[in-house]
Amino acid sequence: MAKLLGGIATSHIPAIGVAMDQGLENTPYWKEFFEAYPPVRDWLYTQEPDIAIVFYNDHGLEFFHDRKPTFAMGAAAQYENADEGWGIAEIPPVTGETELSWHIVNHLIEHDFDITVCQEMKVDHGLTVPLTLMWPGHKYGHVKVIPVAINCERHPMPKPSRSYAFGKAIGDAVRSFAGDQKVIVMGTGGLSHQLDGQRAGFINKPFDLYCMDKMVDEPELLTCYSNYELVEKAGAQGVELNMWLAMRGALEGEGKLKELHRSYHLPISNTGAGLQLLATDNAR
Amino acid sequence: MANIIGGITTSHIPAIANAMANGLEETPYWKPFFDGYPPVRDWLNEKKPDVIILFYNDHGLEFFIDKKPTFAIGVADEYHNADEGWGIPTIPPVTGESDLSWHIANSLVEDGFDMTICQEMKVDHGLTVPLNLMWPGYNYGHVKVIPVCINCEQHPMPQPKRTYALGQAIGRAVASFDQDLKVAVFGTGGMSHQLDGERAGIINREFDIDCLDKLVSDPEALTKYSNLDLVEIAGAQGVELNMLIAMRGTLIGEVKELHRNYHAPISNTGSGLMLLEHTMPKK
Amino acid sequence: MTQTVDIPGTIMLDGPMATKGYPLNKMCYSFNNAAARNEFKQDEEAYYEKFKLTEEQRDAMRKRDVIAMLEAGGSIYYLAKFAGLLGLSVQDVGGLQTGMTTEEFKAFLVKQGEI
Ligand SMILES: [Fe+2]
Repeated sequence: MAKLLGGIATSHIPAIGVAMDQGLENTPYWKEFFEAYPPVRDWLYTQEPDIAIVFYNDHGLEFFHDRKPTFAMGAAAQYENADEGWGIAEIPPVTGETELSWHIVNHLIEHDFDITVCQEMKVDHGLTVPLTLMWPGHKYGHVKVIPVAINCERHPMPKPSRSYAFGKAIGDAVRSFAGDQKVIVMGTGGLSHQLDGQRAGFINKPFDLYCMDKMVDEPELLTCYSNYELVEKAGAQGVELNMWLAMRGALEGEGKLKELHRSYHLPISNTGAGLQLLATDNAR
Repeated sequence: MANIIGGITTSHIPAIANAMANGLEETPYWKPFFDGYPPVRDWLNEKKPDVIILFYNDHGLEFFIDKKPTFAIGVADEYHNADEGWGIPTIPPVTGESDLSWHIANSLVEDGFDMTICQEMKVDHGLTVPLNLMWPGYNYGHVKVIPVCINCEQHPMPQPKRTYALGQAIGRAVASFDQDLKVAVFGTGGMSHQLDGERAGIINREFDIDCLDKLVSDPEALTKYSNLDLVEIAGAQGVELNMLIAMRGTLIGEVKELHRNYHAPISNTGSGLMLLEHTMPKK
Repeated sequence: MTQTVDIPGTIMLDGPMATKGYPLNKMCYSFNNAAARNEFKQDEEAYYEKFKLTEEQRDAMRKRDVIAMLEAGGSIYYLAKFAGLLGLSVQDVGGLQTGMTTEEFKAFLVKQGEI
């Protein structure tokens, strides 16, 4: 059976991609942020996952309001990035995976998740920045990626409890897949931030730290929020916590998790940037 | 309060559009089919619904399998038809209704339905044929239409129990809308048919009639079928029964059958027309 | 979703707002394409007309008034593409909305970490 090794939560803001392209990792602004990553990279290097399921939100590359899915999932053999309009460098294609993808799709529909299934899908910085962070120099071609996009842009959005249940169903699907693949899940985005309105720039450090605390053993304390409460506590784009919760949901059913790494730094661009690694007993 | 006044099942096959465009309604082939419609048209003209919620499946005009939603709902103020590639006439724009549409979309996402929400959406014969059947000569511009699209093309598809639950959730959402609107719900497509493979052409009249009976008195019984059961019993495209089941789900109060006309074959299908009058549950 | 809680300085992009904002957002979504960005730069007014922006939206665009764009139904995801076209960073945009200079806005961000 396929095995879940653990989950990684990380920021995905485009500024990170730009900083890496320009080699700014050791400048005063970026140093502390990037210094958090080597332990997570080392873990990935040792664990050698075959497949990464990445929860992210599309920021208007693939999806527009004409047809905006609540949950969309890729089932393609390859995914391309493209011009996002604001001048971040395009990144090389991402390797996909179709067998486990379709298995998950079937499981989700069977369990009443009404996803949009994508056999062709452009992936934006929400997915590509985390991959580049984990495997710098765009060296992620050996990992098969299953993109899962959650609407975090326009209300109505899936509730935190729904995103968590969605993640849990994906975890169940992985565990029931007849293969011996090693799988990791990634929750990307967040933490608190607000880009729009007179409240732009809002960051809530105590709330972010609380969330990272509860991610480990008590995620139900986070899934009880409504998206409105998240906007209030974590800013308009703080709803990206939904991706972290989906990732955490996928690990439900793996028993007690080991928190192998945690760091938090602000500001990175307009956000509180969290990094967290939660491992299951399947990890070496 | 918005009020669902009734539900209608009808075929939506493109051949109907061609027959109407060519004035074939009175020919021996089509007469038994078209003769079923006047009582339903009369009822619509008498009751004058403001809004039609229309369950259909897109056949590859708006959606392609690059990005295929399980459930999509339109929230636009207008919808356009377009060239579907096989030469049925393009029909005039359909009027939408964004306020009630958004209300339903909010309510559905809150209830754990993962809708794909469409602010711009081309609608195909699955939606336009039923409208033109009810208001011939494209005289449907006065009714506001909310398109709800269910994947009936690519497996995995939502199971009958899920589409029924979707219908029920839409029924509750309509009941909680604070404007006085009369709403009718159309479930389109079906009934038994298979277009593809060596089994092409199968029609199961007995099953279709049983489904119509169950849609009136025991819709829960239909939710016991899986899509695989439906393919086996009613053919590969028999899964379009899901749209009829979703329609029935919205009728959360009392129903009364006012009219029925089953006729087969129409093109390759069994065609089931039924009108159910609906009384909303007491608050 | 109908705004149930008022969070000052926050304009919720709910359904009715997204209906209102559709032409503006659709125009900004087109900026994913370099040719479209050039077409916009060459004749902004013609580009507004092409996407049938409302008068409120055209006015907000002409004034480069981000708050007015949000009030006209703009989504920050697509407005960000317009900001990119103008060469503005998200801190610049933050400053424009809060009445701060970019430097003041950056300092405001930093301060929230000092707790
Ligand atoms: Fe994001």
